[in-house]
Amino acid sequence: MMFRATRLRRLAGTVTVAAMAVSLVACGSDDATSDGTVTLEFAQWWGAELPAGEFDKIINDFTAQNPGIKVKLLSAPYASTKQQLLTGAASKTLPDVVGLDGAWVNDFAEQGAITDLSKLMTDANYDASQLASQVQVEGKTYMIPVVNFVYPLFVNKDLLTKAGVQNVPTTRTEFLDAAKKISASGGDVKGWVLPLDTAVPNGVQNDVMSWLWASGGSMVAAGKPNLTSAPVKSTVEYVKSLNDAGVIAPGSLTMKEQDKVEKFTNGQVGMMIDSLAHINLIKKNKPDLNFEVAALPAEDGYTGERGIPYASWGIGISDSTKHKAEAFKFVSYLMSQETNAKLSTIANGFPGNKNAEPDFDNSDPLFKTAFDIYQQGYPANEFVGLPKSEDLMRSFAEQLQLVLTGKSSVDDALAKSQENWSSVIG
Amino acid sequence: MTLTAPETSTRSAPAAPGRSRSTLARRLVAYGYLSPTVLLIVVLMVVPIVMVIGYSFRDNVIVQENSVFAGFANYTKVLTDANFLAALKNTAVFISVSTMAHLVLGLAFAMMLNTPLLGGVTKAIFRIVYILPWLFTIAVIAVIWRLLLDPAGVVNHVLQTLGLIQEGVNWFSDPGMALWAVTFVNIWAGYPFFMISLLAALQGIPTDLYEAAAVDGTNWFQRFLHVTLPQLRPVIISMAVLDLIWTSHQFALIWMTTGGGPLNSTEMLSTFTYKQAFSEYEFATASAAAVIVLLLTMVLAFFYVRSQREQ
Repeated sequence: MMFRATRLRRLAGTVTVAAMAVSLVACGSDDATSDGTVTLEFAQWWGAELPAGEFDKIINDFTAQNPGIKVKLLSAPYASTKQQLLTGAASKTLPDVVGLDGAWVNDFAEQGAITDLSKLMTDANYDASQLASQVQVEGKTYMIPVVNFVYPLFVNKDLLTKAGVQNVPTTRTEFLDAAKKISASGGDVKGWVLPLDTAVPNGVQNDVMSWLWASGGSMVAAGKPNLTSAPVKSTVEYVKSLNDAGVIAPGSLTMKEQDKVEKFTNGQVGMMIDSLAHINLIKKNKPDLNFEVAALPAEDGYTGERGIPYASWGIGISDSTKHKAEAFKFVSYLMSQETNAKLSTIANGFPGNKNAEPDFDNSDPLFKTAFDIYQQGYPANEFVGLPKSEDLMRSFAEQLQLVLTGKSSVDDALAKSQENWSSVIG
Repeated sequence: MTLTAPETSTRSAPAAPGRSRSTLARRLVAYGYLSPTVLLIVVLMVVPIVMVIGYSFRDNVIVQENSVFAGFANYTKVLTDANFLAALKNTAVFISVSTMAHLVLGLAFAMMLNTPLLGGVTKAIFRIVYILPWLFTIAVIAVIWRLLLDPAGVVNHVLQTLGLIQEGVNWFSDPGMALWAVTFVNIWAGYPFFMISLLAALQGIPTDLYEAAAVDGTNWFQRFLHVTLPQLRPVIISMAVLDLIWTSHQFALIWMTTGGGPLNSTEMLSTFTYKQAFSEYEFATASAAAVIVLLLTMVLAFFYVRSQREQ
């Protein structure tokens, strides 16, 4: 009996160790099967933001057309995807195809984590002229924007009317005036909302620098920061004037983007700059909210084209993947006229393929309005392609917070920001 | 008895080669059982810690392939960084106030739940109410308190209605208020663990001690001071040291409420390290900061182990 028990224990121990060894070996196995089928892993946050099952349909169409390639979707919310890709890039274990934000591209490219798409396009004889834009680092393309989401001005028409403002503001002076009147219309309502949270500091990009770009300004000149220039100073002084006038919703120093949308949806603020992608969310949460979208107000007297901030669902390919050709085939499919139009339509965004046209027939009319605004201006986001762009935004946000709390002058804050940025992109 | 006798005689006899192999195999079986755990500890703990320590002595790690040995440069950089020193100070305030409040609240509620003055049903209701914060995840807690402490939120509304404040307070976005606001939320989230542990310890105190003290003519406070506290001392010390360690690692709550802002007023060692690594991509300085946190934690762990040994 004892010998049998001992043998059993030995057997159990051996099996345990063997099982662990096998499982560890399995972790490192290749993703190409014996019949030649290649499985591409595609990590992105898009699937989590699209209506359930819609992205799967697009992927299934691809696999039906390409029987030798399977696509395994790794869908997670934006923040989780970012976290996973950051660690994956650092350890050179990125999935084969990755969803990218323009703000990450420079860092991933510098780390050698994502591959040069220019070469893959040449190898595949791909016609790059159909692409609306490409994100490049040192002349090489590393990201292709698949769908673009613009950030127009959202205006609560009921609050505007209640405040006695007849027209949607088109200049900074009109905006300040409207914001003052809305803030004076009673209750806890404020004219504008400014999220300056430093955990995810994209408020600097979407809600502050957007004022600069709307007036044709630029924060970078010849590849170097240009924060002490007159247009940037004018922008920061304008934001400060809004703060001094008491028209910004309280709590902005730690406010997040979702708080901004929530305050607008609840009628606590009259105007905000926000992604077009949130239209459906706002209408779902408050179907009777009477709002419209408009171009961002520009400096008084400005008559040039207005830059409109945008964010993209970009795509890139891991440098360490063994299946670059198959991965690029998948990218080409997503960027094809038909698929790209379909994807932008369900995403409520604008296509990355110039020839693709989103179908507005079943969309909210506001999307068509926004598309017109988009076509009249130009997409502007100078943070795309910059190194450590999130860190640049954060250091700028901290200086702006000092200005808004009266602890620093605009000049000092911009000089300090210029110094901070110069150490990164100088 | 019949089994031990032959084994003793076997030990005294010269070991035959076959039996020696058998003994060795028997010993290896034990190691075989341990090996999965040992392997996991090595892979998940020892290797990452050694790697992080290695990174902290190099420059441009991870993001560049050719990093070079940098000596203590990263430590010098971190220890002279004003933001790190501010984070250190904030962390010290955050963990000491949190732990103290956890202890006081946990003990007060535990004593209330242990008192014979309340009936069984009342105790059960309070037990559920008091333990509720412990059932929420940090993400839920952060969302709840962001809503409650919003400038237009419920807390300000109640305080204004009661006439305690004239204007809405920016709890999380006022640099002078934010650290206290996140500390308060952390206290709210963490006291039930103290309460449960102390309640269990209170129920283990022999009633004879209280009866003897009562016969000696002591009042309630004297019994608390000379019977309850000495009896709870081992638990209190263990819990306090563990809480200091856990609270010093608090990241999610800070990140989801204030992100370390406004103006770095809630920057903690954890958020500082995270920003260094995943925002500035300075993995070497992040590693140095992490090693400093590890050393500080080890000091606390030393006291914890010592208190356990004393017990």
